[in-house]
Amino acid sequence: MLAINIRKTLLGATGNMELDIDLMIKEHAFVALAGKSGSGKTTLLRVLAGLESAAGSIKVDGVIWQDEKKVLSSQKRGIGFVFQDYALFANMSVKENLLYVCKDETLADELLEMTELTALRDRLPSSLSGGQQQRVSLCRAMMNRPKLLLMDEPLSALDPEMRSKLQHDILNLHKIFGTTTVMVSHDPSEIYRLADFMVVLDAGKIVKEGTPKEVMLKTQGSQKFSLRGELLDIIKADVIYVGVVSIGQQIVEVVMDSEEAKQFYVGESVLISTKAFSPTISKLLP
Amino acid sequence: MDFASLDFEPFMLSFKLAGVTTLILFVIAIPVSWWLSQTKCRCKPFVEAVSSLPIVLPPSVLGFYILFALSQNSPVGVFFEETFGIKLVFNFTGLVIASVFYSFPFMVQPLQGGFESLNKNMLEASYMAGKSRFETMYRVALPNIKPAVLTALIVTFAHTVGEFGVVLMVGGSIPGETKVASVAIYEFVETLDYGQAHLYSAIMLVMSFSVLLAVYLFNARHSRRIGVR
Repeated sequence: MLAINIRKTLLGATGNMELDIDLMIKEHAFVALAGKSGSGKTTLLRVLAGLESAAGSIKVDGVIWQDEKKVLSSQKRGIGFVFQDYALFANMSVKENLLYVCKDETLADELLEMTELTALRDRLPSSLSGGQQQRVSLCRAMMNRPKLLLMDEPLSALDPEMRSKLQHDILNLHKIFGTTTVMVSHDPSEIYRLADFMVVLDAGKIVKEGTPKEVMLKTQGSQKFSLRGELLDIIKADVIYVGVVSIGQQIVEVVMDSEEAKQFYVGESVLISTKAFSPTISKLLP
Repeated sequence: MDFASLDFEPFMLSFKLAGVTTLILFVIAIPVSWWLSQTKCRCKPFVEAVSSLPIVLPPSVLGFYILFALSQNSPVGVFFEETFGIKLVFNFTGLVIASVFYSFPFMVQPLQGGFESLNKNMLEASYMAGKSRFETMYRVALPNIKPAVLTALIVTFAHTVGEFGVVLMVGGSIPGETKVASVAIYEFVETLDYGQAHLYSAIMLVMSFSVLLAVYLFNARHSRRIGVR
Protein backbone atom coordinates (compact mmCIF):
# COMPACT_ATOMS: atom_id res chain seq x y z
CA MET A 1 0.00 0.00 0.00
CA LEU A 2 1.29 3.40 -1.03
CA ALA A 3 -0.19 6.34 0.90
CA ILE A 4 0.62 9.73 -0.56
CA ASN A 5 -0.34 13.02 1.01
CA ILE A 6 1.81 15.84 -0.28
CA ARG A 7 1.72 19.56 -0.96
CA LYS A 8 4.14 21.73 -2.88
CA THR A 9 3.98 25.17 -4.46
CA LEU A 10 5.05 25.05 -8.09
CA LEU A 11 6.05 27.87 -10.36
CA GLY A 12 3.70 27.40 -13.32
CA ALA A 13 3.37 29.24 -16.61
CA THR A 14 0.35 31.07 -15.23
CA GLY A 15 1.69 32.04 -11.82
CA ASN A 16 2.03 29.85 -8.75
CA MET A 17 0.26 26.52 -8.61
CA GLU A 18 -0.44 24.42 -5.57
CA LEU A 19 0.29 20.71 -5.97
CA ASP A 20 -2.00 18.99 -3.49
CA ILE A 21 -2.22 15.22 -3.78
CA ASP A 22 -3.99 12.80 -1.48
CA LEU A 23 -3.85 9.35 -2.99
CA MET A 24 -3.85 5.70 -1.94
CA ILE A 25 -2.39 3.12 -4.29
CA LYS A 26 -2.86 -0.60 -3.73
CA GLU A 27 0.08 -2.96 -3.72
CA HIS A 28 0.89 -4.43 -7.17
CA ALA A 29 -1.36 -1.87 -8.86
CA PHE A 30 -0.50 -0.34 -12.23
CA VAL A 31 -1.45 3.31 -12.04
CA ALA A 32 -1.51 5.67 -15.00
CA LEU A 33 -1.01 9.36 -14.29
CA ALA A 34 -2.59 11.59 -16.93
CA GLY A 35 -3.30 15.28 -17.34
CA LYS A 36 -2.22 18.32 -19.32
CA SER A 37 1.42 19.29 -19.38
CA GLY A 38 2.23 21.45 -16.40
CA SER A 39 -0.42 19.81 -14.25
CA GLY A 40 2.17 18.41 -11.83
CA LYS A 41 2.48 14.77 -12.99
CA THR A 42 6.25 14.74 -13.30
CA THR A 43 6.68 16.65 -10.05
CA LEU A 44 4.53 14.09 -8.24
CA LEU A 45 6.69 11.31 -9.68
CA ARG A 46 9.89 13.09 -8.66
CA VAL A 47 8.62 13.70 -5.14
CA LEU A 48 7.83 9.98 -4.87
CA ALA A 49 11.38 9.24 -6.03
CA GLY A 50 12.85 11.62 -3.46
CA LEU A 51 14.34 13.80 -6.19
CA GLU A 52 12.31 16.81 -5.12
CA SER A 53 11.12 17.96 -1.75
CA ALA A 54 7.52 18.55 -0.74
CA ALA A 55 5.54 18.97 2.45
CA GLY A 56 3.45 16.07 3.72
CA SER A 57 3.94 12.34 4.03
CA ILE A 58 4.60 9.27 1.91
CA LYS A 59 4.25 5.78 3.34
CA VAL A 60 5.02 2.55 1.54
CA ASP A 61 3.86 -0.68 3.16
CA GLY A 62 4.02 0.95 6.59
CA VAL A 63 7.55 2.28 6.01
CA ILE A 64 7.73 6.07 6.23
CA TRP A 65 9.51 7.54 3.20
CA GLN A 66 8.80 11.04 4.35
CA ASP A 67 6.89 12.85 7.07
CA GLU A 68 7.33 16.02 9.15
CA LYS A 69 10.41 14.64 10.89
CA LYS A 70 12.43 12.86 8.24
CA VAL A 71 12.86 12.41 4.53
CA LEU A 72 14.35 9.19 3.18
CA SER A 73 16.92 9.93 0.46
CA SER A 74 16.52 8.68 -3.12
CA GLN A 75 19.38 6.28 -2.50
CA LYS A 76 17.48 4.47 0.26
CA ARG A 77 14.06 4.18 -1.36
CA GLY A 78 15.02 1.32 -3.66
CA ILE A 79 12.82 2.43 -6.52
CA GLY A 80 13.09 1.83 -10.23
CA PHE A 81 12.76 4.89 -12.44
CA VAL A 82 12.41 5.06 -16.21
CA PHE A 83 12.97 8.45 -17.81
CA GLN A 84 11.52 9.63 -21.10
CA ASP A 85 15.05 10.28 -22.43
CA TYR A 86 16.37 6.86 -21.22
CA ALA A 87 19.22 8.49 -19.22
CA LEU A 88 21.53 5.49 -19.63
CA PHE A 89 25.11 5.68 -18.38
CA ALA A 90 26.78 6.60 -21.67
CA ASN A 91 30.21 5.33 -20.62
CA MET A 92 28.99 1.81 -19.83
CA SER A 93 27.88 -1.05 -22.06
CA VAL A 94 24.32 -2.36 -21.88
CA LYS A 95 25.23 -5.03 -19.38
CA GLU A 96 27.42 -2.70 -17.31
CA ASN A 97 24.45 -0.33 -17.06
CA LEU A 98 22.51 -3.11 -15.38
CA LEU A 99 25.35 -4.36 -13.18
CA TYR A 100 26.07 -0.83 -11.95
CA VAL A 101 22.77 -0.93 -10.05
CA CYS A 102 23.34 -4.38 -8.58
CA LYS A 103 26.06 -6.95 -9.18
CA ASP A 104 23.60 -9.73 -9.93
CA GLU A 105 24.78 -11.36 -13.17
CA THR A 106 21.96 -13.91 -13.22
CA LEU A 107 19.26 -11.28 -12.94
CA ALA A 108 20.94 -9.10 -15.55
CA ASP A 109 21.14 -12.01 -18.02
CA GLU A 110 17.52 -12.92 -17.34
CA LEU A 111 16.30 -9.39 -17.92
CA LEU A 112 18.30 -9.04 -21.14
CA GLU A 113 16.91 -12.37 -22.33
CA MET A 114 13.34 -11.34 -21.54
CA THR A 115 13.65 -8.10 -23.47
CA GLU A 116 15.61 -9.65 -26.36
CA LEU A 117 18.71 -7.58 -25.68
CA THR A 118 21.19 -10.40 -25.09
CA ALA A 119 22.90 -9.89 -28.44
CA LEU A 120 23.42 -6.20 -27.67
CA ARG A 121 24.81 -6.62 -24.16
CA ASP A 122 28.32 -5.34 -24.96
CA ARG A 123 27.23 -2.34 -27.02
CA LEU A 124 27.41 1.26 -25.84
CA PRO A 125 24.04 3.02 -25.46
CA SER A 126 24.85 5.57 -28.17
CA SER A 127 24.92 2.78 -30.77
CA LEU A 128 21.37 1.62 -29.94
CA SER A 129 18.01 2.75 -31.29
CA GLY A 130 15.57 4.65 -29.08
CA GLY A 131 13.45 1.58 -28.46
CA GLN A 132 16.47 -0.53 -27.56
CA GLN A 133 17.76 2.14 -25.19
CA GLN A 134 14.42 2.36 -23.44
CA ARG A 135 14.36 -1.42 -23.00
CA VAL A 136 17.82 -1.22 -21.41
CA SER A 137 16.55 1.55 -19.17
CA LEU A 138 13.59 -0.60 -18.17
CA CYS A 139 15.89 -3.53 -17.35
CA ARG A 140 18.15 -1.24 -15.36
CA ALA A 141 15.18 -0.02 -13.33
CA MET A 142 14.32 -3.63 -12.43
CA MET A 143 17.84 -4.52 -11.27
CA ASN A 144 17.25 -3.59 -7.63
CA ARG A 145 13.94 -5.48 -7.65
CA PRO A 146 11.98 -2.33 -6.86
CA LYS A 147 8.76 -2.33 -4.90
CA LEU A 148 7.84 0.83 -6.71
CA LEU A 149 8.49 1.37 -10.41
CA LEU A 150 8.09 4.95 -11.64
CA MET A 151 7.98 5.83 -15.33
CA ASP A 152 7.84 9.33 -16.77
CA GLU A 153 6.31 9.12 -20.27
CA PRO A 154 8.56 6.18 -21.08
CA LEU A 155 7.20 5.57 -24.57
CA SER A 156 6.32 9.01 -25.87
CA ALA A 157 9.53 9.35 -27.91
CA LEU A 158 9.03 6.03 -29.73
CA ASP A 159 7.17 5.06 -32.87
CA PRO A 160 3.88 3.14 -32.55
CA GLU A 161 5.33 -0.28 -33.36
CA MET A 162 8.09 0.02 -30.79
CA ARG A 163 5.57 1.31 -28.26
CA SER A 164 3.49 -1.76 -28.61
CA LYS A 165 6.51 -4.02 -28.05
CA LEU A 166 7.60 -2.07 -24.99
CA GLN A 167 4.09 -2.01 -23.55
CA HIS A 168 4.27 -5.78 -23.63
CA ASP A 169 7.67 -5.77 -21.89
CA ILE A 170 6.52 -3.30 -19.24
CA LEU A 171 3.41 -5.29 -18.39
CA ASN A 172 5.42 -8.49 -18.33
CA LEU A 173 8.04 -7.16 -15.92
CA HIS A 174 5.38 -5.49 -13.77
CA LYS A 175 3.72 -8.87 -13.30
CA ILE A 176 6.86 -10.99 -12.88
CA PHE A 177 8.45 -8.68 -10.31
CA GLY A 178 5.17 -7.84 -8.57
CA THR A 179 5.97 -4.15 -8.52
CA THR A 180 3.61 -1.32 -7.84
CA THR A 181 3.92 0.81 -10.94
CA VAL A 182 3.13 4.47 -11.54
CA MET A 183 3.41 5.67 -15.14
CA VAL A 184 2.89 9.13 -16.59
CA SER A 185 1.20 8.77 -19.98
CA HIS A 186 -0.86 10.74 -22.49
CA ASP A 187 -1.80 7.86 -24.73
CA PRO A 188 -5.31 6.48 -24.05
CA SER A 189 -4.65 3.14 -25.73
CA GLU A 190 -1.49 2.70 -23.70
CA ILE A 191 -3.29 3.53 -20.49
CA TYR A 192 -6.12 1.18 -21.33
CA ARG A 193 -3.78 -1.69 -22.18
CA LEU A 194 -1.48 -1.35 -19.17
CA ALA A 195 -3.12 0.36 -16.23
CA ASP A 196 -5.72 -0.96 -13.83
CA PHE A 197 -6.18 2.41 -12.17
CA MET A 198 -6.00 5.90 -13.54
CA VAL A 199 -5.55 9.34 -11.99
CA VAL A 200 -6.09 12.58 -13.90
CA LEU A 201 -4.39 15.74 -12.63
CA ASP A 202 -5.29 19.29 -13.45
CA ALA A 203 -3.48 22.30 -12.00
CA GLY A 204 -1.94 20.20 -9.25
CA LYS A 205 -5.16 18.55 -8.06
CA ILE A 206 -6.68 15.15 -8.74
CA VAL A 207 -9.77 15.79 -10.87
CA LYS A 208 -10.68 12.21 -11.81
CA GLU A 209 -9.72 8.76 -10.61
CA GLY A 210 -10.94 5.27 -11.31
CA THR A 211 -10.35 2.42 -13.72
CA PRO A 212 -9.27 3.58 -17.19
CA LYS A 213 -12.67 2.44 -18.49
CA GLU A 214 -14.57 4.53 -15.95
CA VAL A 215 -12.44 7.60 -16.54
CA MET A 216 -11.97 7.55 -20.30
CA LEU A 217 -15.02 5.77 -21.75
CA LYS A 218 -17.46 8.60 -21.33
CA THR A 219 -19.78 10.18 -23.83
CA GLN A 220 -21.91 13.28 -23.39
CA GLY A 221 -25.72 12.97 -23.28
CA SER A 222 -27.27 10.27 -25.41
CA GLN A 223 -24.39 9.95 -27.86
CA LYS A 224 -23.32 6.43 -28.52
CA PHE A 225 -20.01 7.17 -30.10
CA SER A 226 -17.84 10.22 -29.68
CA LEU A 227 -14.26 11.14 -30.47
CA ARG A 228 -12.25 14.23 -29.72
CA GLY A 229 -10.33 15.81 -32.54
CA GLU A 230 -8.91 19.00 -33.97
CA LEU A 231 -10.61 20.85 -36.79
CA LEU A 232 -7.95 21.26 -39.49
CA ASP A 233 -9.88 22.85 -42.34
CA ILE A 234 -13.37 23.87 -43.55
CA ILE A 235 -13.85 23.35 -47.29
CA LYS A 236 -16.85 24.66 -49.23
CA ALA A 237 -18.32 22.02 -51.56
CA ASP A 238 -21.30 23.34 -53.55
CA VAL A 239 -23.97 24.17 -51.00
CA ILE A 240 -22.50 22.29 -48.10
CA TYR A 241 -19.25 22.48 -46.17
CA VAL A 242 -16.79 19.70 -45.31
CA GLY A 243 -14.87 19.87 -42.06
CA VAL A 244 -11.52 18.08 -41.99
CA VAL A 245 -10.82 16.74 -38.53
CA SER A 246 -7.76 14.96 -37.18
CA ILE A 247 -8.55 12.23 -34.66
CA GLY A 248 -5.58 10.44 -33.19
CA GLN A 249 -3.37 9.47 -36.14
CA GLN A 250 -6.19 9.78 -38.67
CA ILE A 251 -7.94 12.45 -40.73
CA VAL A 252 -11.71 12.26 -41.25
CA GLU A 253 -14.25 14.42 -43.07
CA VAL A 254 -17.53 15.60 -41.57
CA VAL A 255 -20.37 17.34 -43.41
CA MET A 256 -21.33 20.74 -42.02
CA ASP A 257 -24.09 23.14 -43.03
CA SER A 258 -23.41 26.83 -43.59
CA GLU A 259 -24.55 27.76 -40.07
CA GLU A 260 -22.18 25.24 -38.49
CA ALA A 261 -19.36 26.34 -40.76
CA LYS A 262 -19.71 29.86 -39.36
CA GLN A 263 -19.68 28.71 -35.72
CA PHE A 264 -16.48 26.69 -35.91
CA TYR A 265 -12.97 27.92 -36.54
CA VAL A 266 -9.91 26.05 -37.78
CA GLY A 267 -7.67 24.79 -34.99
CA GLU A 268 -10.54 24.33 -32.56
CA SER A 269 -10.89 21.16 -30.47
CA VAL A 270 -14.11 19.44 -31.46
CA LEU A 271 -16.17 16.40 -30.58
CA ILE A 272 -17.25 14.08 -33.39
CA SER A 273 -20.23 11.97 -32.38
CA THR A 274 -23.05 9.94 -33.81
CA LYS A 275 -26.30 8.67 -32.35
CA ALA A 276 -28.28 6.91 -35.02
CA PHE A 277 -25.87 4.36 -36.38
CA SER A 278 -23.91 1.81 -34.53
CA PRO A 279 -20.27 1.83 -35.56
CA THR A 280 -19.01 -1.39 -37.08
CA ILE A 281 -15.63 -2.93 -36.44
CA SER A 282 -13.62 -4.77 -39.06
CA LYS A 283 -10.09 -6.11 -39.45
CA LEU A 284 -7.46 -3.97 -41.11
CA LEU A 285 -6.29 -5.31 -44.47
CA PRO A 286 -2.50 -5.40 -44.74
CA MET B 1 71.97 30.59 -33.32
CA ASP B 2 73.81 27.95 -31.41
CA PHE B 3 71.97 24.71 -30.71
CA ALA B 4 74.93 23.11 -28.95
CA SER B 5 74.95 25.66 -26.17
CA LEU B 6 71.17 25.50 -25.73
CA ASP B 7 70.37 25.23 -22.05
CA PHE B 8 67.35 23.01 -21.54
CA GLU B 9 67.13 23.63 -17.83
CA PRO B 10 64.56 26.47 -18.05
CA PHE B 11 62.33 24.23 -20.19
CA MET B 12 62.66 21.30 -17.83
CA LEU B 13 61.82 23.62 -14.95
CA SER B 14 58.78 24.98 -16.79
CA PHE B 15 57.48 21.45 -17.44
CA LYS B 16 58.21 20.26 -13.93
CA LEU B 17 56.33 23.25 -12.52
CA ALA B 18 53.43 22.74 -14.93
CA GLY B 19 53.29 18.99 -14.20
CA VAL B 20 53.25 19.38 -10.42
CA THR B 21 50.74 22.25 -10.58
CA THR B 22 48.41 20.33 -12.90
CA LEU B 23 48.48 17.27 -10.66
CA ILE B 24 47.75 19.26 -7.49
CA LEU B 25 45.02 21.29 -9.19
CA PHE B 26 43.33 18.19 -10.63
CA VAL B 27 42.89 16.79 -7.13
CA ILE B 28 41.62 20.10 -5.72
CA ALA B 29 39.47 21.15 -8.69
CA ILE B 30 37.39 17.98 -9.13
CA PRO B 31 35.46 18.31 -5.86
CA VAL B 32 35.21 22.10 -6.25
CA SER B 33 33.89 21.99 -9.82
CA TRP B 34 31.54 19.09 -9.01
CA TRP B 35 30.14 21.07 -6.10
CA LEU B 36 29.78 24.22 -8.23
CA SER B 37 27.96 22.27 -10.95
CA GLN B 38 25.47 20.67 -8.56
CA THR B 39 24.88 23.28 -5.87
CA LYS B 40 21.87 25.54 -5.54
CA CYS B 41 23.60 27.49 -2.78
CA ARG B 42 23.22 31.26 -2.96
CA CYS B 43 26.93 31.63 -2.33
CA LYS B 44 27.73 30.01 -5.72
CA PRO B 45 28.24 33.31 -7.65
CA PHE B 46 30.57 34.49 -4.90
CA VAL B 47 32.67 31.34 -5.04
CA GLU B 48 32.68 31.48 -8.85
CA ALA B 49 33.81 35.11 -8.83
CA VAL B 50 36.64 34.42 -6.39
CA SER B 51 37.84 31.36 -8.29
CA SER B 52 37.83 33.28 -11.59
CA LEU B 53 39.79 36.25 -10.26
CA PRO B 54 43.15 35.04 -11.60
CA ILE B 55 41.78 35.32 -15.16
CA VAL B 56 41.20 39.06 -14.95
CA LEU B 57 43.71 40.12 -12.30
CA PRO B 58 47.09 41.33 -13.62
CA PRO B 59 49.61 38.57 -12.76
CA SER B 60 51.73 41.14 -10.98
CA VAL B 61 48.85 41.90 -8.60
CA LEU B 62 48.30 38.24 -7.83
CA GLY B 63 52.04 37.71 -7.52
CA PHE B 64 52.37 40.66 -5.19
CA TYR B 65 49.66 39.38 -2.84
CA ILE B 66 51.10 35.87 -2.83
CA LEU B 67 54.55 37.25 -2.16
CA PHE B 68 53.13 39.38 0.62
CA ALA B 69 51.19 36.47 2.13
CA LEU B 70 54.01 33.91 2.01
CA SER B 71 57.06 36.04 2.76
CA GLN B 72 59.11 35.63 5.91
CA ASN B 73 57.37 38.65 7.40
CA SER B 74 53.87 37.18 7.13
CA PRO B 75 52.27 34.83 9.70
CA VAL B 76 52.01 32.05 7.08
CA GLY B 77 55.66 32.45 6.09
CA VAL B 78 56.79 32.52 9.72
CA PHE B 79 54.73 29.42 10.53
CA PHE B 80 56.21 27.35 7.69
CA GLU B 81 59.72 28.57 8.36
CA GLU B 82 59.56 27.76 12.10
CA THR B 83 57.55 24.51 11.91
CA PHE B 84 58.85 22.82 8.78
CA GLY B 85 61.94 24.88 8.11
CA ILE B 86 60.85 25.71 4.56
CA LYS B 87 60.79 29.04 2.85
CA LEU B 88 57.79 29.67 0.63
CA VAL B 89 59.11 32.37 -1.68
CA PHE B 90 62.00 32.63 -4.14
CA ASN B 91 62.17 28.87 -4.53
CA PHE B 92 60.37 26.11 -6.42
CA THR B 93 57.80 25.49 -3.65
CA GLY B 94 56.78 29.12 -3.85
CA LEU B 95 56.36 28.83 -7.62
CA VAL B 96 54.09 25.80 -7.22
CA ILE B 97 51.90 27.56 -4.65
CA ALA B 98 51.64 30.66 -6.83
CA SER B 99 50.87 28.59 -9.94
CA VAL B 100 48.14 26.67 -8.16
CA PHE B 101 46.37 29.96 -7.43
CA TYR B 102 47.08 31.39 -10.85
CA SER B 103 45.90 28.38 -12.88
CA PHE B 104 42.97 27.43 -10.63
CA PRO B 105 40.19 28.76 -12.93
CA PHE B 106 41.72 27.06 -15.96
CA MET B 107 41.21 23.70 -14.29
CA VAL B 108 37.88 24.44 -12.60
CA GLN B 109 35.99 26.03 -15.49
CA PRO B 110 36.27 23.25 -18.12
CA LEU B 111 35.46 20.62 -15.48
CA GLN B 112 32.48 22.60 -14.17
CA GLY B 113 31.25 23.12 -17.74
CA GLY B 114 31.60 19.40 -18.40
CA PHE B 115 29.70 18.43 -15.24
CA GLU B 116 26.96 20.95 -16.00
CA SER B 117 26.48 19.60 -19.53
CA LEU B 118 25.72 16.10 -18.22
CA ASN B 119 22.17 14.82 -18.43
CA LYS B 120 20.76 15.40 -14.92
CA ASN B 121 18.53 12.36 -15.29
CA MET B 122 21.58 10.17 -15.73
CA LEU B 123 22.96 11.34 -12.38
CA GLU B 124 19.56 10.90 -10.76
CA ALA B 125 19.36 7.37 -12.14
CA SER B 126 22.61 6.67 -10.30
CA TYR B 127 21.25 8.11 -7.04
CA MET B 128 18.16 5.97 -7.34
CA ALA B 129 20.39 2.95 -7.86
CA GLY B 130 21.52 3.67 -4.30
CA LYS B 131 24.86 5.23 -5.22
CA SER B 132 26.31 8.11 -3.21
CA ARG B 133 27.21 11.49 -4.66
CA PHE B 134 30.89 10.60 -4.60
CA GLU B 135 30.42 7.27 -6.36
CA THR B 136 28.15 8.93 -8.94
CA MET B 137 30.77 11.60 -9.57
CA TYR B 138 33.57 9.08 -9.86
CA ARG B 139 31.88 6.29 -11.85
CA VAL B 140 29.27 8.14 -13.94
CA ALA B 141 30.06 11.87 -14.17
CA LEU B 142 33.84 11.86 -14.67
CA PRO B 143 34.00 9.09 -17.33
CA ASN B 144 31.34 10.94 -19.33
CA ILE B 145 33.23 14.22 -19.48
CA LYS B 146 36.57 12.89 -20.76
CA PRO B 147 37.01 15.71 -23.32
CA ALA B 148 36.44 18.30 -20.58
CA VAL B 149 38.93 16.53 -18.31
CA LEU B 150 41.53 16.46 -21.07
CA THR B 151 40.89 20.11 -21.92
CA ALA B 152 41.22 21.08 -18.26
CA LEU B 153 44.49 19.16 -17.84
CA ILE B 154 46.08 20.45 -21.02
CA VAL B 155 44.95 24.06 -20.69
CA THR B 156 46.16 24.15 -17.09
CA PHE B 157 49.48 22.62 -18.07
CA ALA B 158 49.93 24.93 -21.04
CA HIS B 159 48.85 27.97 -19.06
CA THR B 160 51.33 27.20 -16.30
CA VAL B 161 54.13 26.74 -18.84
CA GLY B 162 53.21 30.14 -20.24
CA GLU B 163 53.24 31.84 -16.85
CA PHE B 164 55.47 34.87 -16.52
CA GLY B 165 54.37 37.69 -14.24
CA VAL B 166 53.48 35.66 -11.18
CA VAL B 167 56.60 33.54 -11.52
CA LEU B 168 58.81 36.57 -11.72
CA MET B 169 57.17 38.19 -8.68
CA VAL B 170 57.23 35.14 -6.43
CA GLY B 171 60.26 33.27 -7.72
CA GLY B 172 62.60 35.78 -9.24
CA SER B 173 65.11 34.24 -11.64
CA ILE B 174 67.32 31.76 -9.84
CA PRO B 175 68.88 29.35 -12.37
CA GLY B 176 67.81 25.76 -11.77
CA GLU B 177 65.32 26.83 -9.11
CA THR B 178 62.93 29.45 -10.42
CA LYS B 179 64.27 30.47 -13.84
CA VAL B 180 61.60 29.00 -16.11
CA ALA B 181 61.54 29.30 -19.92
CA SER B 182 59.39 32.44 -20.07
CA VAL B 183 61.66 34.23 -17.61
CA ALA B 184 64.74 33.07 -19.52
CA ILE B 185 63.35 34.57 -22.74
CA TYR B 186 62.73 37.86 -20.96
CA GLU B 187 66.34 37.92 -19.78
CA PHE B 188 67.68 37.14 -23.25
CA VAL B 189 65.78 40.10 -24.63
CA GLU B 190 66.99 42.33 -21.81
CA THR B 191 70.59 41.40 -22.59
CA LEU B 192 69.89 41.88 -26.33
CA ASP B 193 70.61 38.19 -27.08
CA TYR B 194 67.92 38.00 -29.76
CA GLY B 195 69.30 34.77 -31.23
CA GLN B 196 68.61 32.77 -28.05
CA ALA B 197 65.35 34.59 -27.50
CA HIS B 198 64.20 33.56 -30.98
CA LEU B 199 65.20 29.96 -30.42
CA TYR B 200 63.48 29.68 -27.04
CA SER B 201 60.36 31.43 -28.30
CA ALA B 202 60.15 29.20 -31.37
CA ILE B 203 60.43 26.07 -29.23
CA MET B 204 57.64 27.32 -26.93
CA LEU B 205 55.45 28.19 -29.91
CA VAL B 206 55.84 24.81 -31.60
CA MET B 207 55.26 22.87 -28.39
CA SER B 208 52.18 24.90 -27.40
CA PHE B 209 50.67 24.47 -30.85
CA SER B 210 51.30 20.70 -30.90
CA VAL B 211 49.72 20.22 -27.51
CA LEU B 212 46.58 22.19 -28.42
CA LEU B 213 46.27 20.41 -31.77
CA ALA B 214 46.46 17.05 -30.01
CA VAL B 215 43.64 18.07 -27.64
CA TYR B 216 41.33 19.21 -30.41
CA LEU B 217 42.02 16.08 -32.46
CA PHE B 218 41.20 13.88 -29.48
CA ASN B 219 38.01 15.78 -28.69
CA ALA B 220 36.81 15.56 -32.28
CA ARG B 221 37.33 11.80 -32.28
CA HIS B 222 35.72 11.35 -28.87
CA SER B 223 32.57 13.28 -29.74
CA ARG B 224 32.15 11.16 -32.87
CA ARG B 225 32.45 7.97 -30.83
CA ILE B 226 30.18 8.83 -27.89
CA GLY B 227 27.66 10.62 -30.13
CA VAL B 228 27.06 14.30 -29.49
CA ARG B 229 23.84 14.90 -27.60
